[in-house]
Amino acid sequence: MPAAGLSTAHSIVEPTPLARRIAGTIVIAYAVLALIPLVWIGLTSIKSPPDSISYPPKVLPWVDFEPTIEGYCNLFTTRSRQTPEYIASLPPADDRCEALARGKGMVVVGPSNYVPRFVNSVVIAFGSTVLAVVLGTLAAYGFSRFRVPLKDDLLFFILSTRMMPPIAVAIPIFLMYRELGLSDTRLGMILLYTSVNVSLAVWLLKGFIDEIPREYEEAAMIDGYTRLQAFVKVVLPQATTGIAATAIFCLIFAWNEYAFAVLLTSGSAQTAPPFIPIIIGEGGQDWPAVAAGTTLFLLPILAFTILLRKQLLRGITFGAVRK
Amino acid sequence: MPRTLNTLAERAAAATPQAVARRVRGLSDRAVAWAFISPTIVLLLAINIFPLVWTIWLSFTNYRANRPNAPVRWIGGDWYTDILTNPDIWVAMQVTARFVIASIAIQTVLGFTLAWLIDRRFRGHGVWTTVILLPMMLSPAVVGNFWTFLYQPQIGLFNYMVSFVTGVPPSSFQMLGDVTLSPWAIVIVDTWMWTPYVMLICVAGLRSIPEHIYEAAEIDRASAWRRFWSITLPMALPFIMLAVLFRGIENFKMFDMVNLLTGGGPGSTTEVASITLKREAFEKWRTGYSSAFAIILFVTVFGLANIYVKALNRVKQR
Amino acid sequence: MKRLLATLGAVIAAVGIAAPAQDAQAQGKTLTLCWAAWDPANALVELSKDFTAQSGVNMKFEFVPWPNFADRMLNELNSKGRLCDLLIGDSQWIGGSAENGHYVKLNDFFAREGIKIDDFMPATVAGYASWPKGTPNYWALPAMGDALGWTYRKDWFARPDIQAAFKQRFNRDIAPPKTQAELKDIAEFFQGREIDGKRVYGAAIFTERGSEGITMGVANALHTHGFKYQDPNKPYSMEGFVNSAASVAGLDFYKQLYKCCTPPGYSNSYMQEGLDAFKSGQVALQMNWFAFFPGLHKDPNVGGDRIGFFVNPPGPAGRGSQLGGQGISVVSYSQNRTEALQYIKWFASADVQKKWWSLGGYSCHKAVLEDPNFASTAPFARDFLTAMGEVVDFWAEPSYAQLLLAMQKRIHDFVVADQGTAKQALDLLIQDWTKVFKEDGKI
Repeated sequence: MPAAGLSTAHSIVEPTPLARRIAGTIVIAYAVLALIPLVWIGLTSIKSPPDSISYPPKVLPWVDFEPTIEGYCNLFTTRSRQTPEYIASLPPADDRCEALARGKGMVVVGPSNYVPRFVNSVVIAFGSTVLAVVLGTLAAYGFSRFRVPLKDDLLFFILSTRMMPPIAVAIPIFLMYRELGLSDTRLGMILLYTSVNVSLAVWLLKGFIDEIPREYEEAAMIDGYTRLQAFVKVVLPQATTGIAATAIFCLIFAWNEYAFAVLLTSGSAQTAPPFIPIIIGEGGQDWPAVAAGTTLFLLPILAFTILLRKQLLRGITFGAVRK
Repeated sequence: MPRTLNTLAERAAAATPQAVARRVRGLSDRAVAWAFISPTIVLLLAINIFPLVWTIWLSFTNYRANRPNAPVRWIGGDWYTDILTNPDIWVAMQVTARFVIASIAIQTVLGFTLAWLIDRRFRGHGVWTTVILLPMMLSPAVVGNFWTFLYQPQIGLFNYMVSFVTGVPPSSFQMLGDVTLSPWAIVIVDTWMWTPYVMLICVAGLRSIPEHIYEAAEIDRASAWRRFWSITLPMALPFIMLAVLFRGIENFKMFDMVNLLTGGGPGSTTEVASITLKREAFEKWRTGYSSAFAIILFVTVFGLANIYVKALNRVKQR
Repeated sequence: MKRLLATLGAVIAAVGIAAPAQDAQAQGKTLTLCWAAWDPANALVELSKDFTAQSGVNMKFEFVPWPNFADRMLNELNSKGRLCDLLIGDSQWIGGSAENGHYVKLNDFFAREGIKIDDFMPATVAGYASWPKGTPNYWALPAMGDALGWTYRKDWFARPDIQAAFKQRFNRDIAPPKTQAELKDIAEFFQGREIDGKRVYGAAIFTERGSEGITMGVANALHTHGFKYQDPNKPYSMEGFVNSAASVAGLDFYKQLYKCCTPPGYSNSYMQEGLDAFKSGQVALQMNWFAFFPGLHKDPNVGGDRIGFFVNPPGPAGRGSQLGGQGISVVSYSQNRTEALQYIKWFASADVQKKWWSLGGYSCHKAVLEDPNFASTAPFARDFLTAMGEVVDFWAEPSYAQLLLAMQKRIHDFVVADQGTAKQALDLLIQDWTKVFKEDGKI
C-alpha cells in the first residue's frame, strides 16, 4: 500500500513536499521583498544625482543608467560652486573627483568629515565591545559560580537599566560628562556604550557559563590549579562561542547606536549614524552620497551577519529565551 | 566617581593574567568573586545608578542645563503635576501606545507566520532565514534615514511600487506628510526591521515543542487545524509573549527611527514620547521638567513590563 | 582571554593617546570653524585658504545642515564643548550665548585691533552682534547678511503662451508680484500647469517642522499682514498683537498658499527641499534665503537668464522680511582663542570682505555694500539691500528655542496637520509663550 506508506512517512513532523514548496515560496517572496530597500541603497550609491531621482526609477546598471563614482566622490569631499572664470583660473584637476566636480561648475574645497566619523565608529564600537565583554565575562563568572549577596536583585537591576529610554539616560550623562570634560570624547562614548552593553553581556554570558559543568574546574583545581588558572584555562575556552555571540551583539549595538551619539557628540567623537543623515549636497540631500555612506557603513555588519550567522542566531534566541 | 572607575578598569585591564594570578593566588573564592564582579558594579554605579539618582533629584528642581549659572530652586513635585495634567503629553503617550500596539500586532502575526513556514524546513530555509534577518542587524537611524528617500511622493521607490501594484498615481499620497498615513509609514519601517526578530524567537519556540506531542496527537487523529490550535500555538505562546515583551519595551523607547523619518510630524501626529522628551531636554533645555518626564516614562515601562512578566509566568506555568 | 586583555590594553592605550593627540594638533595651530552646511559655508572654505596661506594656521570645518544646526551647536555650547573655536551662530542665539558665557565678548578686542563696528551695516550689527539689543556690547562680528526672499522662473514668465494665459485670467501682465495677494495669484496660476510636457507647481515655501522652517516661512506672511510679537509699549504683552485679526489673516493666507500651490509631499520642507524643487524645474516661485541666490544664479539648469529674484512683497500692513544671517563669534571654551581672534581680524578687513562677496558670501561690510557699483555686481544685490532695510527677527531672548519650538508646533499643527483655526493656533501660541516668559520671570 504505497499510498498509506506515503502518508505515514509524512506525518505532521515531516510536512508534505507540497506544503514545503508553498512555505518556501512564501518565505522567499518575503525575503526578496525585504531585500529591496537594501539593494536600492547599493544601486543609488552608484547613480548620478539626476538618475537617483528620476521617475520611473532606474533599476539596472549599464542598461537603465550609467554607473558613476560621483556618489562616493561627493561622500568624501566638500565642494563649492564657483563661476566658470574662477574655475578656469585654477590649475588643471589632479584627480577624478576634482574633474567630476569641475565638470559641474564646482571646485573641491577639501575632504568631508565622513572618514573621521567612520574611524570614530570603529574605535568606539570595538573599544566598548572589548570592555563590555571582558567585564561581562568576569562578572558573569562571578555570578555563576559564587554566592553573591543580593544576587537576584543585582541581576534584575542590571537588566532593568535597559528599560530606560536612551534620551532619559542622556540627560544626566550630558551633565556629568560636561563636568568631567568627557563630552564629545571617544572615551566618554566607550564608557557609555560599555555600561549599556555590559548588562546584556552579563546576562547572556551567565547563561553560557552556567552551562559549563562546575566539575571541570573542580577537577582542575584538585590538580593544583588556582581558581584563576581554572577560570582562564578551563572555563574561558569552553565559553568561547558564548563570548563570540555576546561580542557580536555588543558590537552591533555600539555600531548602530544613534540616540546617545546624536545627543552627546558633536564632532571629535561623533560616529557615523548621526552623520550619515546629514550628508547634503548643494541644495537638498545628496542621495547618491548618502547611499554611498550608508553602503559603506552597512557592509561590515552585513558581512558579519552572514559570516557569523550561527553564533548570532544562538545569541538572539538564547538571550531572549533565557530572559 | 568615574575617575576611580577609570583607574579600576584600567588596573583590571592592564594587569596581565599571570601578574593577577601571582597576586591573587592566595585569594579566597570570595575575594575572586568580588574582584570579578566589582568592576561591572562600579561601572554601572557610575554610569547608571548615579545618573538615575541625579535625574530623580533634578526632577524636583527648576534646573536648566543651558543656564548653568542660574540659581537652582527646589520646586517639589510641580513638574510631575504639570506633566500629568498636560494634554500635549497625553497626546504623545497615545501616539506612542498606538505605535507600539500597531507595530507589535503586525510583527507578531507576520513573524509567527514566517516562523511557522520556516519550520516546514523547506530546502534552503537556513539561507533564507539569514537573508530575512538582515534588516534587523542594521542601524535603524541610518536605514530609517534612507526610507525617507523611498517614501518621496514623486521619486520614491515605495510610492512607485505601490502605484505599480494598485494603479494609484505615485504622487497622490505622501507617506510622511499625511496625517493619516505618517503613523503607518513608521509602522511599515519598524515592521520591515523587526519582524525577523519576532520570527527568530518564534522559530525557537516552535523547535522547542517535543515531537512526541505531535505524534500523540496524530494517533488521536486530531485534524491539522486542531493540532495547530491545541498544541502549536499554546506551546509556542510563552515565546511569542517574550518577543512581544522585548519589542514592546524597545518600541516604547523608540527614538532614532521616528526622529529621522518624520521628526514627530506632520504637526504632532507621530510625536512619540521619546521625541517629546528630546525636545524638552535638548531643545528647550528644561532639564528639571524633562527629568521628571524621564522618570515617569521609566516607571511606566518598568511597571507595564512587570505586570506583563507576571502574566507571562502564569502562561508558562500552565 | 590573554588576547582579549591585550586588545583591551591596546584600545585603552589608543584612547589615551587620542586625547593628547588633539592637544598636539592644537599646538600645530588648527582652528575649527563651525557653521551650517550650505553654499556660503563652502565658499568660506575657499576663502579661508587665503587665511591659512597668510598666517600658517590650518582651518578645519564642521558644517551641520540647517535642520540640525541649532540643536547640534547649542548642545555643543551647553556641553562646554571644545569642538568649535569659531562659530558662525544664528542671530537668535546671541542672547543665550552672551548671557551664559558661551561667546567671548569682543569689545576690547575690537578696540585693540582697531576694528570699527561702524564699518558694518547697522541692521546687521543689531541683528548679529549685539546683546542686549541696542547696547554697544558685541559678541560677534557680522559675517553673513541674510533675509528671506523669493526667486522665480524668469524664462517661464517670459513665455508668450504663459503671458497670454495669465493676462486672460487675471487681466494684468505677469510680473514679479507687487503684493502678497499677487504672489498667491501667480502661484495658483502655475499650480498643476503643463510646461514643456512637465507638470509644474506654484511655489516652494517653508513647512519644516523639526527646527525653524515653518516659523521662518510664515513670518514673511505674518509681518506683511500686521503681526507683531508684542505690544510696542508694553513688552511681553502679546494679546491682540500675536493673535490680532491681521495676524489671523496672515496665518490663513500662508495656509491657503500651502494648500493651493505647493508641490505634492511638501509637508516638511525647508531650504534644501525648496532648492530641490526649484532646480528640478518643479516650481515657478521659491521662497528662500538670499544666501542661496548666488548659487542659484550660477546653476546650469535654472540659473542665469532663467532665474529672477524679488523681495518679499508687501501685504495689507506693508513691508517686512524675515531676518536670517549670522555673526562670527569666538567660543569661550576654545583653547585657541588667539588664533581665533586673529581669524576674525583677518575676516574683518575690507579686502577679504570684498572677496567674500565675490565668492558668494553676503558681506555686511559697508566697503562692499556702499560701493556705488554694488547693486550691479549681481542681479539680487539691490534686492538684498532693500530686504535688509526692512528685516524683522524672531525673539532673540535666551529662551528663543522654547519660543521657537512652541511656534513650530502651533503653526505646523494648523497649517499642515489641519488642527483648529488660525485664531486658535495663535491663542495657543500666546499661552505657550506666556508660560515661557513666566518661567523666565519676565512677566
